[in-house]
This record gives sequence, C-alpha cells and structure tokens, in this order.
Amino acid sequence: MSILLSDISKNFGAFAALDHINLEIPEGELVALLGPSGCGKTTLLRIIAGLEKSDSGRVLLNGEDKTHEHASHRGIGFVFQHYALFRHMTVFENVAFGLRVKNKKIRPNEAAIQKKVHTLLELVQLDWLHDRHPDQLSGGQRQRIALARALAVEPSVLLLDEPFGALDASVRKDLRLWLRNLHHDLNVTSIFVTHDQEEAMEVASQVVVLNHGRIEQQGAPSDIYDNPSNAFVSRFIGQTNIFDTAEIDQDWLKTSGLTLAKTQGQFAHVRPHDIELVKSADLAAEMGAYAILKDWQHLGSLIRIELAGKGAQPFNQPIYAEMPNERFKQLQLNRGDKVAVKIRNARWFH
Amino acid sequence: MRQSYIMPGFRPTLGFTLVYLGLVVLIPLSTLVFKSLSLSWDDYVHIITSNRVMASFRVSFSTSLLAALIASFFGFIIAWTFVRYHFFGKRILDALIDLPFALPTAVAGIVLATIYQPNGYIGQLLINTFGIKVAYTPTGIVIALIFISMPFVVRTVQPVLQEFDSTMEEAASTLGATKLQIFTKVIFPNVFPALLTGFSLAFARGVGEYGSVIFIAGNIPYVSEIVPLMIITKLEQYEYAGATAIALTLLVISFVLLLIINLLQLWVRKRSGQL
Repeated sequence: MSILLSDISKNFGAFAALDHINLEIPEGELVALLGPSGCGKTTLLRIIAGLEKSDSGRVLLNGEDKTHEHASHRGIGFVFQHYALFRHMTVFENVAFGLRVKNKKIRPNEAAIQKKVHTLLELVQLDWLHDRHPDQLSGGQRQRIALARALAVEPSVLLLDEPFGALDASVRKDLRLWLRNLHHDLNVTSIFVTHDQEEAMEVASQVVVLNHGRIEQQGAPSDIYDNPSNAFVSRFIGQTNIFDTAEIDQDWLKTSGLTLAKTQGQFAHVRPHDIELVKSADLAAEMGAYAILKDWQHLGSLIRIELAGKGAQPFNQPIYAEMPNERFKQLQLNRGDKVAVKIRNARWFH
Repeated sequence: MRQSYIMPGFRPTLGFTLVYLGLVVLIPLSTLVFKSLSLSWDDYVHIITSNRVMASFRVSFSTSLLAALIASFFGFIIAWTFVRYHFFGKRILDALIDLPFALPTAVAGIVLATIYQPNGYIGQLLINTFGIKVAYTPTGIVIALIFISMPFVVRTVQPVLQEFDSTMEEAASTLGATKLQIFTKVIFPNVFPALLTGFSLAFARGVGEYGSVIFIAGNIPYVSEIVPLMIITKLEQYEYAGATAIALTLLVISFVLLLIINLLQLWVRKRSGQL
C-alpha cells in the first residue's frame, strides 16, 4: 500500500518536531527514516501509525485519507524499539493477540488461529519457543516475536521504530539482513526508523534523511551517498572530510588537486576513499600538499589513516583517508611519516 | 551449597529476621496457644460453637470480605486516577489517601458513626431517600472497614500501574484491540497480582480491626458483633481462656485464608510469566 504524507507539522510546545513534511512512499518499498536523535523521525512514524496526532497535514494510505482514523483501524503493523510484548502472555498468545481481538464476525476459528500463529512463528524461526514468556527470551528473539505479532493481522504497512536499537552489534547485523529478506518475500510496504546510517544504507531500498523536522533528501542509498544534496546529508551519510578553502593554504589546495578545477563553494567535502597518499620520498617535487601520518586503524579490508597538518598548518582538524590493506602494506608507512596528499574527487557546498 | 552474593551478610540478616519473628510474632502468639490449652477440648468447642460467637465469626469474615472487595474495586480506580491523569491538587489528594493510616481508628469510628447514624448528615440522607440504615448494622461495619483498608489497595496497585509499560497498550491498539479489550486483556492482567496483594492486606486488616468498627456497628448480638469485640467482652469478664480460644481460632482461619490468597497469587504470577 502506498503512503502519502502531505504537509505534516507537529509541535511540542515551542519545539517544532516536524515542519511541513511532504513524503510519498510507493507500494512495496522498504524505506529508512534516517536522522540524528531528536530530528522527528519517530514522531513521524507514530503519526503514520495513528499513535500521535499531527497538528496539521494529512496521512493517506493507498489514497484513502486516514488522518482521523484511530490506530486500531489503520491496518498497520507497528514494531517498537523495546518490543512492547505482552509480558503476561506466552509467545503464542502474543502472536495470536491481533487475531483474538478481532470482531466476532471476522475472527478466525481456533484451528485457523493455531495454524496461522505457528506459520508466523516458523517464519521468524522461533516456533520452538511458543510456550515461553517474553521475559525468558533474548532481545533478538523478542524483536522477532514482535514482528511476527505485527504480521499476524496482515498489515498493509509495516512500521518499525528503531527495531534493532536495543540489540547488540552481531545480532543487529543478522536481523538487518533477515529483515531485508523478509521484506523481499512479503513485499509489504515498510518504513523503519534509525539513526544508524550504515543500517539505513544496508537494509533500505529508499532512504529519507530527516533533520530538525524537515526532509533533507530522499532517494536510493547509493544516490544519497554519491550525490548528497547538501552539507548536512554529506556529513551525516558516511565519513566525510571537510576542507574550508578560506582557511587552508592555497598552494596546498592546488597541489593536492582540490582547486585545480573550478570551486563551487567554500567547503569541499571529500570521502576518505577519494584521498590518495604517496610516500613523500617518491614525490620530492610535489611537496606542497603534504601531511603527517598520525595513526591508523584496521577496518577489516580497509585501513583508515589519520593525517595531521604540520608547519604551515594546512588544516586544523585531522583528515581521514582510507585505502585497501594491500595498498597500505605496499606504501610501508610509519607513524610520523610525511606523505603527499592527492584528492581525487570532492563535492562542494557553501 | 554455597552461593556467592554480591552483598555479604546472609547469616546475620537471616539471624535477625528469625529473632525478630520469634520475639515479636511467634512468642506472643504461642502464649495464645498455651493459654487456650488450659481449656479442655470440649470446653473449647463449646465456646467456639456458641451461637453468639459463631454469629460474630460470620459477621467478621463476611464484612471483611465484602469490604476488601469494594476497597479493591474503588482503590483500583483511585490508583488509576492518580497514575494516569494529571490534575490540580493531585499531590494533596495523594497525601490524603494515607490519612486513615495515621488517624487513631477510634477517632475514625466515632466520626463515621456520627455522620452515618440515623440523624447524622449522610445517615439521614440515606434513610430518607433510599431507606438504607447504615449505622448499627453490618453495612456500617463494611463502611468502616472500607475506610480503614482502602489505602492498602491504593498503595499496592499504584506503583505497579506506574511502572506499567504503556507501549504495550499502543501495541495492542495497533493490533486492532478496542479500549475495553486493551484494559481487560493487557492492563488488568498485569495489575491483577498487585490488586490481589492489596485485597489480601485489606482483608487481613479488616478481620483484625476493632477501634473504628465498634462505634458504628452498634454491637447487637447475633447481628453486628465482630470477633475482636467478642474477645474484648470475654476479657472484660475475666474469661482469659475463652478469649484466647476465640483469638486462636480467628488467627488460624485468617492464616489459612491468607495462605490460600498467597497461593492463588503464586498461581496467577506463574501463569502470567512473572515468576
């Protein structure tokens, strides 16, 4: 089911949590609402669910105006950050809840409920836990039960509020992939809220970046990463080095390759993998754009190198470059080495 | 088997607990048993099964039960109001709840008797409009007991409602549950064990209550005499053995009833996964 939000605003006292949000989500997408904490992403999700009322604007699900519809009639599934499982019920009863509270006329009979719940529990691979209580489960298991419970009523839209926020890193990684596959199988229009850009990029087919109650950019993950529409998105998505051309030595900028082409703003945003390093001894002639290698970290197949300026102070924050392990070994760099910096690509913002 | 605890001191604290229970609870109560042992079995049965004593047992337990039920119902509503809503003067009302704890029960009894007697403010109203006589009847006892036992219910239910995870309600709502279903299927089952605790405390308090009841009860034999009054009456007649016999019986019945409630509570908690 498609989701259309038109002109949604919400204020908490003087604080504008959402500022005239317009958003269209086509059917079948898996969308990430991404933003720093306090940007209004959870509020927006709760407004779609009907758990919160917007001050203005309309919520349309599949073209039908649901702005004033109660949460229980919207046909949405909601998964909470802290699971919100019914702790007095077994796993089975938790999943069966949505079926049991249905109006008598449309409520499935006991056999149908049994069948449906077990099918869902098998889908989340936890049927063997059906007679446990939520307190006896791990965080990852609870969240999967919460998802099964939400799916039991066959929602046309699935909303997940920081679904992996309370889980530890390895479980989170597994569940992300699992959610992506599940979405692929079920094809339910889904929105999940996250503050973790890596999670958004990995799971979602569409990413909506929110900041201060406004949408900064919407698009496919690769699109947002490669073509951030403004400085906020560029900083927020992925690692970025920011060069202030007003403060850095012009010779340095030229030699590094940053200002050889025309500049389109004061600030150059450079991804760490767009910075190339050359050992200074090999390039005596181009000593203009050098930096001092301060430290490095292993990120699996990549090495992240921390560089600092020296002498003429070409930059006042450390900059980060990334390169494959192999390349780093070839360079045989040590802490304190002088390296020449080559910038391959930059995006400019004012 | 030695278990390691983060905080030391299992032995001294258990020792203290046992000494306390011994000195303050068990030794005094055992004298009850010994004193009544001075009676022969036949004498004991004779005292307990006398019509007047039996009637007082019926009055005591039925009024305490009814009062505890009513106090549970209204206590729940009061706790709900305090937890769920914010309104002006809430703190003051909240403090008022504990007042019956502090008030000498006799004072409460006299006040209740004054307003509920046939020509008192409320008593008059009730008689004239509904034809209900409150003072000097078992109804009066129930009212006094509700007054005394309400705080137990409010204070046991309140913290549990406070800690209730309200996202469970939101989850139920998104699953299509109506407001009534959310209450009966989600909120109430989570609060029920605490309510049961409040109920048993209220009931226990009601069975033992003396001061507030005797003024409003009228103490009519076979109708509105409570067991504690029977004990005092025997004491005033220097029938110490008789008094202890009644007291012991009251104690045993109360203990059995509380034990049953506790077991019921254990069962409820187990069933709802809280244990």
